[in-house]
Amino acid sequence: MARETYINAALTLLLILVPLWAWCSGQTYIMTLCTKVAILALAGVGLNIALGLGGLVSFGHAAFFGIGGYAMGILASHAQVMDPIAEWPVLIHGTKSMPVIWLVAMLASALAALLIGLLSLRTSGVYFIMITLAFGQMLYYFTIGWPAYGGEDGLSIWVRNGFPGINTLVPVQFLILAYVILGLALLFSAALARSRFGLALTASRQNADRVETVGITPFKLRLVAFVISGAITGLAGALFADLNRFISPTMFSWHTSGEIMVFVILGGVGRLYGPVVGAALFIMLEHLLGGVSDYWQIFLGLLLLGVVLFARGGLIGTLAGREVAHG
Amino acid sequence: MTFLLFAEQLLNGLQFGIMLFLTAAGLTLVFGVMGLINLAHGSLYMIGAFAAATVAGLTGSFLLALAASLVAAAAAGALIELTVIRRLYKRDHLDQVLATFALILILSEGTRWVFGSFPLYLDVPRYLAGPVTLPGGIQYPLYRLTIIAAGLIVAAGLFALIARTRIGIQIRAGEADREMIAALGVDISKLYTLVFALGAALAGLAGAMVGTIQSVQVGMGEPVLILAFVVIVIGGIGSIKGALVGSLLVGVTDTMGGVLLPRLFALFLDPSAATTVGASLASMLIYILMAAVLILRPSGLYGSA
Repeated sequence: MARETYINAALTLLLILVPLWAWCSGQTYIMTLCTKVAILALAGVGLNIALGLGGLVSFGHAAFFGIGGYAMGILASHAQVMDPIAEWPVLIHGTKSMPVIWLVAMLASALAALLIGLLSLRTSGVYFIMITLAFGQMLYYFTIGWPAYGGEDGLSIWVRNGFPGINTLVPVQFLILAYVILGLALLFSAALARSRFGLALTASRQNADRVETVGITPFKLRLVAFVISGAITGLAGALFADLNRFISPTMFSWHTSGEIMVFVILGGVGRLYGPVVGAALFIMLEHLLGGVSDYWQIFLGLLLLGVVLFARGGLIGTLAGREVAHG
Repeated sequence: MTFLLFAEQLLNGLQFGIMLFLTAAGLTLVFGVMGLINLAHGSLYMIGAFAAATVAGLTGSFLLALAASLVAAAAAGALIELTVIRRLYKRDHLDQVLATFALILILSEGTRWVFGSFPLYLDVPRYLAGPVTLPGGIQYPLYRLTIIAAGLIVAAGLFALIARTRIGIQIRAGEADREMIAALGVDISKLYTLVFALGAALAGLAGAMVGTIQSVQVGMGEPVLILAFVVIVIGGIGSIKGALVGSLLVGVTDTMGGVLLPRLFALFLDPSAATTVGASLASMLIYILMAAVLILRPSGLYGSA
């Protein structure tokens, strides 16, 4: 455990030093990459609550990522043309304010996670994997066929949304915002893992029968974990949409689900910092290998295959040396 | 809605369902026998289509192209089973998902590297081109009718293989108790490679036959993979019979939904809204079907678990 703490501290330092260096030397591109890492890591932190703590192999987290993104897109696109979203039964206006967008994004994805969870958690194992995948695809095809917000082409937002007191158009300020949110999410997820709820959830992953014997219903724990997990990934989706000022059905695609899962796995399942390391590694690979070859995903595939087959526990697991059971 | 259109769409749904069955059969077999969830199954479908397009381009023979799709997909299947998949049988499903996701990245990008991003086209052979008139005056493309028949023959062959042959007995025994059949002297790892290659060959054949109707391109296997998942979740994972029933249900529901729902909404909405709402809802229909089946039977129609 101690070794993992050192590794986490070193990583935190690295995550602060890199953008600091980029800021000092005026490399906006690196700063945008760091922001992207923080936002994708946030999506991974969300998934890690379901996957790492709950043992729920959700292959449909793109659904929540996409819902978060579309919450931002819908609210901001109505606000930028001053066109109310609904006039009946109550007048609802769009908004360009990030806190409101985040709240809506989290509520919407939590609601979706509740509905998907109620159905999917009736099953387990492979059924659960496939059903969450199928629900993600359902929303993917729905957004493609829904022309109001761009359909297949997606939708651009002209100006990044605002946050009271800061100018989000300045890269460093948006970067700090993303970092703070990621930090809060990490603190929350660490506290959750230590809480009574987190312990019961971990126990029901390890041995659901025993947990049931002492009078706790694993289904409820898993559902709550799935909803929290979905809400955090939804928040990441809203931020990601704001980073790109663009939403499209790709956010819902199963590749997105796979990638969020890859962040968690590359770093190490159930490790607090796993998603952060995984996302950083992924973006680094995309950036470095993407410059060398158009077919960089072949190398990503080989690396992922290597990690799964030979380095179980991901990067942190390999460095810290102790294996965390999952599944 | 005329009877003719209805019948034609029903046949389209049937054709779609049969092709789905060829893909889903391998997926469900591999899960049933080896307990493995294989996301890369769609890549084998793609490999079959690319092999067929290449051979058809070189020789001009459609039958040779189909043979090539079977051989190439089976070979690719055997190769990835020997190198990667067999290391995954004892792992949990999460590892299987990730490793086969990695395989998709490698196979898709590898295919893009070799063949480029532009779609290839496979032509319907001249002797199968054009429509035929069915009883009741239904005009239907001969090619689609042929692949319905071919699919049904392959399906019947698969059922016969599993029910009547020695290999079939071993496959069924492998589903029931793998230690026991290993103890009885069956080379279990050879059997696993064989089952995997068989599933791959069926997927490759489906890829080639569907590739003739649509285009052959990287990523063509992914929508089919997801639908095949929906099929085997509906049918019950591991059940070939469930895969057949699930495939036909999904194929017909998807096709008929796409045609009927916009017309249904047109009864009480204005035309453009009806088309939009109908099309959106139609694309979600099979997932709603899946959810409904799961509420009633969480392990699918023919599932045992």
